Amino acid sequence: MMTQRNILLVVLAVLLAVLPLVTPAYFMHLVIQILIFSCIYTGWAVMGRFGFVSFGHGAFMGVGAYVPVLLWNYYGVTPWLGIPLAIVLSCAMAVVIGYPCFRLKVVGHYFALVTLALSQVVLLSLTAARDYTGGSLGVTVKTVGHSWYALQFPEKSYFYGIAIVLWLIGLYAWHWVDRGISREALEAISEDEDAAAAVGINVLREKLRVTIISAALTALGGAIYAQYFMYLNPDTVSGIGISLQIVFAVIAGGLYSLMGPTVGSLLTLSLTEGLRVFFGTHFIGAANTIYGILLVLCIIFLPQGIVGKLQGIRLRRRPPAQSVTAPH
Amino acid sequence: MDFYILEAIINGILLGGVLALLALGLNLIFGVIDVVWIAYADIVMCGMYVIYFLYAQFGVPLPLAGLIAIFAMAAMGVLVHLIIIAPVLNSAPINQLLATGGLLFFLQSFATLLFGTDFRNIGVRLPILEFHDIYISFSRLLAFGIGLVGAVVLYIFLKRTYIGTAIRAIAQDRDIIGLMGVDQRKIYLVTSAIGGALAGLAACLLALQYDVHPFIGNQFGPVIFMICVLGGLGNMIGGFVASFIISMIIAIGGYYSNTELAYVFAFAFFIVLMFVRPRGLFTR
Repeated sequence: MMTQRNILLVVLAVLLAVLPLVTPAYFMHLVIQILIFSCIYTGWAVMGRFGFVSFGHGAFMGVGAYVPVLLWNYYGVTPWLGIPLAIVLSCAMAVVIGYPCFRLKVVGHYFALVTLALSQVVLLSLTAARDYTGGSLGVTVKTVGHSWYALQFPEKSYFYGIAIVLWLIGLYAWHWVDRGISREALEAISEDEDAAAAVGINVLREKLRVTIISAALTALGGAIYAQYFMYLNPDTVSGIGISLQIVFAVIAGGLYSLMGPTVGSLLTLSLTEGLRVFFGTHFIGAANTIYGILLVLCIIFLPQGIVGKLQGIRLRRRPPAQSVTAPH
Repeated sequence: MDFYILEAIINGILLGGVLALLALGLNLIFGVIDVVWIAYADIVMCGMYVIYFLYAQFGVPLPLAGLIAIFAMAAMGVLVHLIIIAPVLNSAPINQLLATGGLLFFLQSFATLLFGTDFRNIGVRLPILEFHDIYISFSRLLAFGIGLVGAVVLYIFLKRTYIGTAIRAIAQDRDIIGLMGVDQRKIYLVTSAIGGALAGLAACLLALQYDVHPFIGNQFGPVIFMICVLGGLGNMIGGFVASFIISMIIAIGGYYSNTELAYVFAFAFFIVLMFVRPRGLFTR
């Protein structure tokens, strides 16, 4: 089992290393996108797998994307400072929302809808501050060409490297939570919060910790997204649209496994791209229509996601948790 | 008294009427079926397209077009229940939420596919009324009036008919209702149909004021969920009152700043209130 996994890892590493040498730029672009979103999706899954379903990750991604770009455009602050600041801001936002929510046991539907409101607040604030952010027209990052200081590289291979590192950070964070003692505690909390508290688990602290990790990963992913795409639009990085997109990709890929979010990202982005190429620009929306149908089907027939299903078949037993159980 | 602020307040009340109608539909479905239809505002969008095509393209008289839209949306509510909600009725609440979220994606992109992203207006220009320098759009007043009538009709239906009583009973105790000889599945279908019809009615009223486009649901959706949560999910009277509170914040906030910031105020108010009253404003 272990050696099998090691071989798999080596093959994957070689594949990732060779990829930029053999693939055309367009596929590189797709792979970079997949890796960046994998980090964001993994970030969501870090808390989502315990039943804390947030519809507010658009807020963290929006802050992560916009803060470094605005600082760079208006004050010339390097993203090396801007990105940590954005992450800190996102975490602060997560605490401001998370602390009262967890303290007052806002869970299930209520938690999902409160976080949805948060992502709308960020979306609308970004749109309203149109003097700085360009409103719905979006904002373009001031370009300086190849520069480590500005974290801008016309060469795709640099971002490929950055995206791989980003992805690995996401996976590591997931693994860290999964291996830590917190996981047991969090699973207990997602089963029954009061019972968990009764056996001495600090419910508030455990929940806040994963929320902060989750927010930080999402903000980091958003920041790299901004550096790579060089163009931001409030609707694509915050609000209900992206928030739901994050949730769905993870659910489709598999919520309870390490590679689930990555598979979700691979699947949804290649599907979107593939359908876009297949249908062309004549049928705007065709791709998302099929996407929407697949999502509904996924939730009805594959609540544990594709990776979860595969594991279930391989191991001949159920994955640790069957479905997201949120207390009513 | 400043006339402009008075105008903003009146417009706020009028907006509240339509929001209240939508909140009623969503609360009814939540109270009875225990599922939040994230795609509720997108069903309204579908209704608006029905009206647009019937009236502006095929020349069907507006009241008839509205009536057809209401029935079409009622049918759609039933379909949504049968196809999407029924299979996930026994899964985790979050999966139910997500299933209707998938519907949201589907409806928005399917509308984009069919109709493109153009903003379409049904082209009805209702007069603007003037009372002592205060201008009130007649379409908003009409929307408010019909919204209120719709709410009252729903109230009477729930109070006075057998099936209405059954609906209220099921909202109170899901487990015992089967023992009382009520067919749960039938009640669910009726509730979904009423919820859809309310969305259709709201579509008629909104089509008079706004252009139709595939993403118009995003404009109302989050606000309606917020109102429902604020009033206490499933609590219809709470939702009704909350609609007016929120619409007032939006109207007055919009008067002092701009529309987006007004919505930011409303959402921020909502978040803060959730911490003061986590189960909604009007919990017993």
